[in-house]
Amino acid sequence: MNSYLLGTFRAKFPDATLETHAFRGDETVTIKKEALALAAAWLRDDLGFDFLMDLTAVDYLPREPRFELVCHLYSSKHNYRLRLKCPVGAEDPQVDSLTGVWSGANWFEREVYDMFGLKFRGHPDLRRILMYDGFEGYPLRKDYPLKKRQPRIAHRD
Amino acid sequence: METKKQELPKNWTLENLEDGRLVLNMGPSHPAMHGIVRVLLTVQGERVVDSDVEIGYLHRGFEKTCENVTYNQCVPYTDRLNYVSPFINNVGFALTVEKLMGIETPARCQYIRVIMSELSRLTDHLTCLGANAMELGGFTVYFYLINAREALYRLTDSAAGGRVTPAYTRVGGLSRDLPPDFKKNTAEVLKTVRRNLADADALLTRNRIFYDRLRGTGHISKEDAVALSFTGPVLRSTGVPLDARKATPYLVYDRFDFDIPVGSEGDNYDRYLVRMEEMRQSMRIVEQALAQLPEGPVNHPDYGVILPPKEEVYGNIEALMAHFKLTFEGVKPPKGEVYQAVEGGNGEVGFYLVSDGSGNPWRLRVRPPCFPLTGGLSQMIKGAYIADIVSTFGQVNMIGGELER
Repeated sequence: MNSYLLGTFRAKFPDATLETHAFRGDETVTIKKEALALAAAWLRDDLGFDFLMDLTAVDYLPREPRFELVCHLYSSKHNYRLRLKCPVGAEDPQVDSLTGVWSGANWFEREVYDMFGLKFRGHPDLRRILMYDGFEGYPLRKDYPLKKRQPRIAHRD
Repeated sequence: METKKQELPKNWTLENLEDGRLVLNMGPSHPAMHGIVRVLLTVQGERVVDSDVEIGYLHRGFEKTCENVTYNQCVPYTDRLNYVSPFINNVGFALTVEKLMGIETPARCQYIRVIMSELSRLTDHLTCLGANAMELGGFTVYFYLINAREALYRLTDSAAGGRVTPAYTRVGGLSRDLPPDFKKNTAEVLKTVRRNLADADALLTRNRIFYDRLRGTGHISKEDAVALSFTGPVLRSTGVPLDARKATPYLVYDRFDFDIPVGSEGDNYDRYLVRMEEMRQSMRIVEQALAQLPEGPVNHPDYGVILPPKEEVYGNIEALMAHFKLTFEGVKPPKGEVYQAVEGGNGEVGFYLVSDGSGNPWRLRVRPPCFPLTGGLSQMIKGAYIADIVSTFGQVNMIGGELER
């Protein structure tokens, strides 16, 4: 299955596109992480994907590359959705920030950093958002035990 | 950002900066902070120069928990996302798993899900506007609107067996059908809601004080709202008519006649008007759905998806086996990933589900609509008076359970 959108994407980024598929009506593009920011800017400016509906990550331990960054885009002009993914390896968990493309990516990326420990190059304010300073580990990683205890943190005044 | 980060204090006390600015904590325990959110303000006199919104006080690890339980065991957790409109989360989750499995529920189930979602939208908006009016001094309105909400809670309670935590949906159906006198009761409750809404409307809409507190405050432009991933009434107040019920219809929303109200200014008053009108539209949908409500089963016929009725379990070996398998192993959707968006009270509630083919989700991500909204709060209150934060924060309708999961 290959729609017009997926075909256009492949034609624009022939080297960076790793995989395209459509499953249950959700069209998905997987690209190399080096091309993520470029592809995102192109999708917004030329194809009208003006909404970054969601940005999250998935941990596929023990697969390598271990993480996958997942963006859900929506175009209000064409009323169309697209999932943009890029694999991120565990030894270099860094991706380019999308805050320059969609300012709404700011908090989403902070949450991914908080929960998975992926770092975003060029993010203006990358720090934990749901967890506190001094929290050890990244809770949504698969090797983080469900009932892990945290060390006591010093009283802050 | 005008202030540098190192200027923000590490402690919780007031701090005077050298040029006369003051660093002030609003929250985390503050009556207008709807639970627990801390806003660190840098103020110049009464004006907000800069702010930093700190969240995370209600984080419960919803997503991590769901990775360790079966699909149907996730349903009660979804109640606790947006706890003033729990049915929408139930429905969103069930639709996501059903989309992954490629199944469709019977027509009666879909109609009931629509009815429950719209009643939930009513309770959501009623709470938001009631609390907002109360924080701005209109305590009477709060009682009118909460009275309507209570009537709706009793109604949904009669169907689902829970006021705030109904856990009504199952993968492939519902926990039970509607009670026999539901139609009649709904008509009566909607009468109460209409009466209370008319009272609130008369007290608020052309009220000088209320108008002055909302008009022009919390303003955001259309472009900024889109870039910040805003959805729901806050986005629609800027004039973008995006609503998942119309844009990407799910369930049977395409069979009903309803309008999507939009604002033009993108300020708090427009958000108030949008919510008021949305409630009237929701009641229209409920009435149409009840008129069209078909007879028939509410659950998917396949016992590999949903628990068979108890009589079958006790009298039939296949049903007994299906019951055992479903209880111990749970529903097993195929390997894959789906994203399903439903229109919640605050905007698009998106469920992103990754399955590895086992009985537990590999990853369940919820896109909470008020997460981007709260992320954009700093921009909406910048340059405003401290007192305007209350009205803006009220109209953002931050729900802690959904924001921090």
